[in-house]
Amino acid sequence: MSSPTSTPVGSKPSSDGLASPPSQRRRGQDSSNGDLPAMPTSPATDIASPAVHDTSLFSSPRRSVLPSEVDMSSPLIGVRGTPVRQRPDLGSARKAPQVDLHTELPSADGAVASEQAAGQKLVIWGTDVNVGTCKEKFQRFLQRFIDPTSNEDENAGLDLNEPLYMQKLEEISVIGEPVLNVNCSHVQSFDADLYRQLISYPQEVIPTFDMAVNELFFERFPDSILEHQIQVRPYNALKTRNMRSLNPEDIDQMITISGMVIRTSQLIPEMQEAFFQCQVCAFSTRVEVDRGRIAEPAVCRNCNTTHSLALIHNRSAFSDKQMIKVQESPDDMPAGQTPHTTIVYAHNDLVDKVQPGDRINITGIYRAVPMRENPRQSTVKSVYKTHIDVIHFRKTDEKRLHGLDEDSDQKLFTEERVQTLKELAAKPDVYERLSSALAPSIYEQEDIKKGILLQLFGGTRKDFSQTGRGNFRAEVNILLCGDPGTSKSQLLQYVFNLVPRGQYTSGKGSSAVGLTAYVMKDPETKQLVLQTGALVLSDNGICCIDEFDKMSDSTRSVLHEVMEQQTLSIAKAGIICQLNARTSVLAAANPVESQWNPKKTTIENIQLPHTLLSRFDLIFLMLDPQDEAYDRRLAHHLVALYYQSEEQIEEEFLDMAVLKDYIAYARTYINPRLNEEASQALIEAYVDMRKIGSGRGMVSAYPRQLESLIRLAEAHAKVRFSDKVETVDVEEAKRLHREALKQSATDPRTGFVDISILTTGMSATARKRKEEVAQALKKMIQSRGKTPAMKYQQLFDDLRGQSEAAITKDMFEEALRALADEDYLTVTGKTVRLL
Amino acid sequence: MPSSHDWINKPLGVVEAMFAQSNSNPEWEAKVLEYFKGQLREKESHSWVPSLNDVPLHYLKPNSLVKFRCLVQDMFDPEFYMGVYETVDPSTKANVLRCGKYKDVTECGVDLNSRNTVTAERQTFYCVPIPGESPWAKESYGCSSQARVVPSTSYVPSRQKRSYEEDDDDMDTQPQKQREPHTEPHGNGDSKRQETEAPSSQTTAPSDCSSHLDLNFPLPGERGPACLVKVYEGLDSFKLNDTLEIYGILSVNPVLTVLGEEKDPSLLLLNPTESMETPEEQRAHDPPASLVPRLHMLYARPLQHNNPLLPSAPTEDQSAFVSSFLVEMASVRAELLAYLTHVLLGDGLAAEYLLLHLISNVYTRRDVLPLGKFTLNLSGCPLNSYTERLYQIVQQLVPCSYRLSMSLHTMNSMRLVPKKDYVANRLVSGALQLARNTSLFLDETQLEQGQLDSSGVRNITALGNLISWQKVDYDFSYHQMEFPCNINVLVTSEGRSLLPSDCQVPLQPQVTPPNMEEYLTTIHMAQFTSQINKFRVYLSLARTLDYSISDEVTKAVEDDFVDMRKDDPQSVTAEDLHRMLVVARLLSLSLGQTTLSRDGWMRAKHIDMLRRSRTEQQKSLNGNEP
Repeated sequence: MSSPTSTPVGSKPSSDGLASPPSQRRRGQDSSNGDLPAMPTSPATDIASPAVHDTSLFSSPRRSVLPSEVDMSSPLIGVRGTPVRQRPDLGSARKAPQVDLHTELPSADGAVASEQAAGQKLVIWGTDVNVGTCKEKFQRFLQRFIDPTSNEDENAGLDLNEPLYMQKLEEISVIGEPVLNVNCSHVQSFDADLYRQLISYPQEVIPTFDMAVNELFFERFPDSILEHQIQVRPYNALKTRNMRSLNPEDIDQMITISGMVIRTSQLIPEMQEAFFQCQVCAFSTRVEVDRGRIAEPAVCRNCNTTHSLALIHNRSAFSDKQMIKVQESPDDMPAGQTPHTTIVYAHNDLVDKVQPGDRINITGIYRAVPMRENPRQSTVKSVYKTHIDVIHFRKTDEKRLHGLDEDSDQKLFTEERVQTLKELAAKPDVYERLSSALAPSIYEQEDIKKGILLQLFGGTRKDFSQTGRGNFRAEVNILLCGDPGTSKSQLLQYVFNLVPRGQYTSGKGSSAVGLTAYVMKDPETKQLVLQTGALVLSDNGICCIDEFDKMSDSTRSVLHEVMEQQTLSIAKAGIICQLNARTSVLAAANPVESQWNPKKTTIENIQLPHTLLSRFDLIFLMLDPQDEAYDRRLAHHLVALYYQSEEQIEEEFLDMAVLKDYIAYARTYINPRLNEEASQALIEAYVDMRKIGSGRGMVSAYPRQLESLIRLAEAHAKVRFSDKVETVDVEEAKRLHREALKQSATDPRTGFVDISILTTGMSATARKRKEEVAQALKKMIQSRGKTPAMKYQQLFDDLRGQSEAAITKDMFEEALRALADEDYLTVTGKTVRLL
Repeated sequence: MPSSHDWINKPLGVVEAMFAQSNSNPEWEAKVLEYFKGQLREKESHSWVPSLNDVPLHYLKPNSLVKFRCLVQDMFDPEFYMGVYETVDPSTKANVLRCGKYKDVTECGVDLNSRNTVTAERQTFYCVPIPGESPWAKESYGCSSQARVVPSTSYVPSRQKRSYEEDDDDMDTQPQKQREPHTEPHGNGDSKRQETEAPSSQTTAPSDCSSHLDLNFPLPGERGPACLVKVYEGLDSFKLNDTLEIYGILSVNPVLTVLGEEKDPSLLLLNPTESMETPEEQRAHDPPASLVPRLHMLYARPLQHNNPLLPSAPTEDQSAFVSSFLVEMASVRAELLAYLTHVLLGDGLAAEYLLLHLISNVYTRRDVLPLGKFTLNLSGCPLNSYTERLYQIVQQLVPCSYRLSMSLHTMNSMRLVPKKDYVANRLVSGALQLARNTSLFLDETQLEQGQLDSSGVRNITALGNLISWQKVDYDFSYHQMEFPCNINVLVTSEGRSLLPSDCQVPLQPQVTPPNMEEYLTTIHMAQFTSQINKFRVYLSLARTLDYSISDEVTKAVEDDFVDMRKDDPQSVTAEDLHRMLVVARLLSLSLGQTTLSRDGWMRAKHIDMLRRSRTEQQKSLNGNEP
């Protein structure tokens, strides 16, 4: 029993004997690291408590181990004096009853283990893990594993053709953070058997990994100084991904689940080892926690006084612990059920790593603890309490900071699914198919659906921050305007339901604060917390804004930044920051006069500032076409909606799922680039657009339109699953863009497409006419000779009488303003004075 | 006879016998379910099972089979329990395997380290009685269960009878009545003193309980037992807000409460399992079993409707019932229409629309669009308690209903949308957490001018979403979750409602009775109960009928629509066609016709035209007023 069974856990008397480092260094470390509660302090006291050797590390609860079975006295313990740190995450706090193997167990069970006498292979009791082999395998893995295709952000800056984990060890020696994160899928691809052992017996295997890595590390970097020995933190175990699928079989296994933190507790100091001192003879003793309990010694072993021992808090060992509640992320849930929550315990340095609201992936060991037995009661509740002891946290939204695509690694597609998607993509009419699958309950409006489809796919993200331009917007913004009751809201609702990160707000009900972010004081901690609004929440998604026209001006103004720079700046209550809001905006607006007035321009109809309008790539009008053939098709469509059978509805649902996956796949894996011909075609298209206008003395295209074209062409290439943007894509982008312009930027007075309606808010002809009126007015005033002051109303009447065209009051006032700008006259109240 | 009822009185005995026979063959679990299902399938047998809804908890025997008609209000996290465990028999010292299924507590001396322990998973649902259940439905359910008697214990029936009488008037006093026998030994027979003391304790005790423990009913002022239902099989088939009739084993073991309440602060630090629950959470998840009993589910039947007058299960009985009723359908409709016309002060058109509204039902969803909903806005309602009386009449006709008086105060203060409380880890219910086909009566005449605060705006938005999309976005603090629903919304208002609606009918009273109250009461009194019962059956039945449109009629409808558009494209839009199709559907169903006929379509068009001309008339009237 008292043999030096040194495990990485806990204080071991042998460590001093084996290692002979300069003791100064060690002491220095000790004092600097107050957060190492369970460190061996003095060998003397350790020897005084030989009865409590902790070997539970190598056993699951309800299993037991005979210490001598496990031959772990390898030389690494206390290598170079680096202290070992307890790993409560592996469950050393809950110790299994120690049972003498030979007396308790039938020989059949002991057979494997008892071979040790012959010096043969040993396995840890209850598992098939041989410490030596396991260690060796893992060292081989560390030394040899190469993953040339790795694209994880954690591996940034590492040479992918060199053994990955050796580089990480080097990093540890430089940075001094003694934690090695190991991706389980790497282990799996390297050695499937080792992976299986890791998943099934994490409690036994991980300490073995710890030993292996430390041996290797100190061999390589004998001079490095670490706070404590390196701890291996595996992550990305493929065992379980969804909280809902956890079941009793997962108990004591290593799992990875994703979820959202909803609550974190205060820090809980958990006693690892209690220190008792006798009040009579000052004899001291240590007792370790056994399944959450400290057995207080009743008799002092030194002086045999009963009940003389008192707990000394200051000399007891504690470790940090935090309870975290994690809730299933909304995407994982079946419809109509409430989300599940799971309790997670974080230990030591993982405490306070996550905040409520974070979306995280947790790797840990799933535990089930029977309810406490109550000696006073004969019956117990037959329920277990479950929790996860966390080994590794990985924030999923942290990746956003690195600017990597959110969906990578997140959405896994099965081989067959990818195959079906690719088959679908290979069809020549995939674009039409997808657009008709979009919101089938909404009739026709093919071009609008196509536009929204392209918006769902989005352009390619480009980074020009080196050249000072910053991020180049890849998201397509769309505005739908038109008569009420043309199912705009329905289309928005559909899109909102289709995309995983959609947000739906109504212009009427939302304020600038609700859209952007606001600062809130947490009632408990009095801490200021930044709460994000719809635009930030829909980062990498689509923000659907209904009743865009009803939005207040101040709210709308925040959209300016979002829609071009794709960021949100906040300066509130001492918090100044810039948040990413790479969201596509899909907005719907009603005309001001309830019915669309075809005699007016878009701007006049919806009364939105042109600065905002020009940020929309596509502006569609949803108008009632008022045509018999259309009516007939519409009626047919609607009636069909009401009597279609269940099967037909089924079919459609399948379509929606396919569409979802198709979009997710394309967004994740397809990043098309322009090829030579396509760029040429784009240039031509742009030049053509400019030419159209120049003939009539107006500008019909701006660089913004070119950017829109590029985005649309890229999106169309994505629809085809093509890595190259080709001429067909540009053609479609051109067609769609022209279609949208034709609808929204046609000057009602001339019938020409005039982009300046959208960019300056006024058509070129209107501007021309304004000038003409001003000139006419000036002429009229000049013809009157020297009259320094005139009546406003009289002047207006005179001008109306003189002019052939009808002059409205607005036009008159505009003309006056124009003349005032020329410093020709001033208007004061009801009189007009010449200067 | 008594032996045949063992499955009701001692279901655990049946379970254990099967477990003992099984020799750890896992098939025994399926056998148990099959057995109970078989028993319940027998004619009338389900009416022998006492219901938690009618019988007060303290009259029910612990560990007996009971049923509960309820709504799944919240779903707690799954829990692991000892499915099979080993105990040491104290007398023989032999190890015995025991079954932990359908039980809350284990027997003494569990060997936690035994290798034979089987851990299994179950989930707890928090169930409440169906919100807004009309008194007549409750009564009728109670009456039908009156027939059943628990034969093994002679005293139970008499007590039951007493409970029915009291059910309606003084539920509050019941817990005390039960307490009396317990206090008697202490009082040493001084019965007189007891009588005087009892009332004082009566008044305090219930209020204490309610403040201490919020039973989380969706609607204010609801009563009845809430129940923690332990579900073992088919976890995925249940959804939030499902209405179920659950048959299960009642467990009111006082140990549950003791374990929950016993808290030793010194142990909290050391024992991790205790410290993870806040007091709020404990209160929500482990309420005293005497208030919130546990029910171990053996069998659950989803309720298609909550009308006690209709055969419940979709069996041959039901189809026979339906076909026999279809014959009467048209005549019952005429009578109901006449009745509603009286109620709506002689306005036949409004009565017609109200009737259509009452049988409307979201029968399917096309992507986001719910089909079949028919929200009616009855504008121009007379003030002064007319709407209240109108609601009472609606309540008499439908099994579930709720009147939401939209006064400023209620809109600002009431919680309509359920919200997740992360501290107590439960879903705090709101008034919009309703069972399917509940009639929600929004009384906008109560709304006065004033300021809506932010929660008021949220409530109005929630109502708008409910009406337009038939969904409620539950507030999960970090995100919202959408729950589809199927609620019939009727809005009464003075002018046009501020809420959206599918159809607005301005009320045009033909009579102006001097005393409204009296007028409506007389109308109501004039109806026989049998007549009213016919109406009730009619409304529930019409809703469940199938419906289709033939190709021929489809063509006619299309032609009609094109023609209408030709005449006046401005006035007829896709929206109008949507509405007319729904009206046509409901009109056909209300007459018991399951296909749309050309006549039916013309009728629908006709009444829609009448309605529109009335709204336009109203508009022009209003236009002239200022």
